[in-house]
Amino acid sequence: MQNFARNLFFLLVVKPLLLVMLGVNVFQKVNLPKSRQFIMVANHNSHLDALALMNLFPLGRLHHIHPVAAADYFDVNPVISWFSKTFLNIIPIPRTHISKSNNPLKRMGEALEAGHSLIIFPEGSRGQPEEMASFQTGVAHLIQKFPQIPVIPVFLRGMGRSLPKGEFILVPFFCDLIIGQPLFCSGKKEEILGSLELAMHHLRETLNASV
Amino acid sequence: MERLLNGFYTASPVIQMGVIIFALLTIASVVIRLMAQLKPNQDFKELFQRIRSWWIMASFFWLSMAIHPQASILLFAFMSFLALKEYFTLIHTRIEDHRVLFWAFLAVPIQYWWVHIHWKAVFLIFMPVYMFLFIPARLLITGKTQGIVESMAKIHWGLMAFVFCLSHLAFLMTMPAIPAIPGGGKALVLYLVFLTEINDVAQYIWGKLFGRRPIAPTISPKKTCAGFYGGVITTTLVALLLRFLTGFSLEMAFFSGLIISLSGFLGDLVISAIKRDVGVKDSSQLIPGHGGILDRIDSLTYTAPLFFHFVSYLFYPAPH
Repeated sequence: MQNFARNLFFLLVVKPLLLVMLGVNVFQKVNLPKSRQFIMVANHNSHLDALALMNLFPLGRLHHIHPVAAADYFDVNPVISWFSKTFLNIIPIPRTHISKSNNPLKRMGEALEAGHSLIIFPEGSRGQPEEMASFQTGVAHLIQKFPQIPVIPVFLRGMGRSLPKGEFILVPFFCDLIIGQPLFCSGKKEEILGSLELAMHHLRETLNASV
Repeated sequence: MERLLNGFYTASPVIQMGVIIFALLTIASVVIRLMAQLKPNQDFKELFQRIRSWWIMASFFWLSMAIHPQASILLFAFMSFLALKEYFTLIHTRIEDHRVLFWAFLAVPIQYWWVHIHWKAVFLIFMPVYMFLFIPARLLITGKTQGIVESMAKIHWGLMAFVFCLSHLAFLMTMPAIPAIPGGGKALVLYLVFLTEINDVAQYIWGKLFGRRPIAPTISPKKTCAGFYGGVITTTLVALLLRFLTGFSLEMAFFSGLIISLSGFLGDLVISAIKRDVGVKDSSQLIPGHGGILDRIDSLTYTAPLFFHFVSYLFYPAPH
């Protein structure tokens, strides 16, 4: 039932919104993960980001894909919580009061162990429109623990203009999305974060050069 | 053969134009295929894409005309929306202008609503007067004066070019059939759009074949004098050839050709200048082989209002 509702939501709301209202150009679609499991890492400027990333996949795969979202934002108000869990499949994680029992990595790890895939925004917040902040270390911990799962870097542009942080009125702009080659990272946390950020900067350069 | 020709002459302008457009596209496709076979080491990918996109655009345009005038008004409104979106995506806008841009987008359906109810007086002043006054007033709410003149100018310019000017196509569509123009608005729109596009294509082909001297080197280095003159002559000749569509006299067809080819060239250059200013070659990659929607409708922003006034003045004096 939940899957049906989600598919209907994507078919009737998300797809028309992204295709007709906004117009999302996808670059390097060949890099889209065909393997069952992946960790997608993207920059974050807008609520549209998670929609655009999930929309890359066929409806039949959506129930295995979870955007990781801040519990203090998405899991407080019961309506927003129900909406985002039902339609967007989010995994809420804590950003504050982190302890052994309240560990953000725990739930992400469980999902990966169950064979599901994650969409992670390592900047940790949407931040200033169209600016990329430095990555938080949590994602590196996770990649260290699951070195066999491919990491797919994705760079998004334009969503932060269409629906920036603190704004609920959508203004259409053409948006771009570029998918990088899958990475398999290992080593120290700093090295993993370094190679992720390098991949993101490389994607941004490629995008700037092609448009 | 004679019966076929007779049938062609007595058919409606939509059918006549459909035959012409799709015959030309078929010839172009065949010629490019042959050229690709004759010169196998030359890259024809862009030309193939270009012609493919022409097929798609022409089909949308022609089908909307064939289905219902309202369908093509909707199509023109959607074109305005896409063009405005592409323009706002290209230029820099302030974060504070977010909701002002929202209002600008809202003006698209309103402008086309005036077309739909055929209210010419308001259609003509809504953008140049009311939106002109509204945008700066709404910008005041942002409370930020730094860059406000730029925002006023940029937003209103986009509305004028891509909504106001383009919507003249839609209004032309609603013009009634009169004895002098038996085909009415449909025939006029077909004539205008076909000539505008032929002018673009003719400029491109003449420029490729004989172009040497750039005509506006700092704005668009690829446009040449030969392309410009070739375009004007070709378009004027085609305007004379196709005058059976509208029922124009020889002089009227001649002036239509001149107006469309000269102003179409200007519209093309204006958009080129904007692209140069923001530092892109194509306005986007929406239309394979052509670039963005602005690259395709640039000439129409100039030809549509000018041809509209030319026709209005001669055939549709007030109150129509």
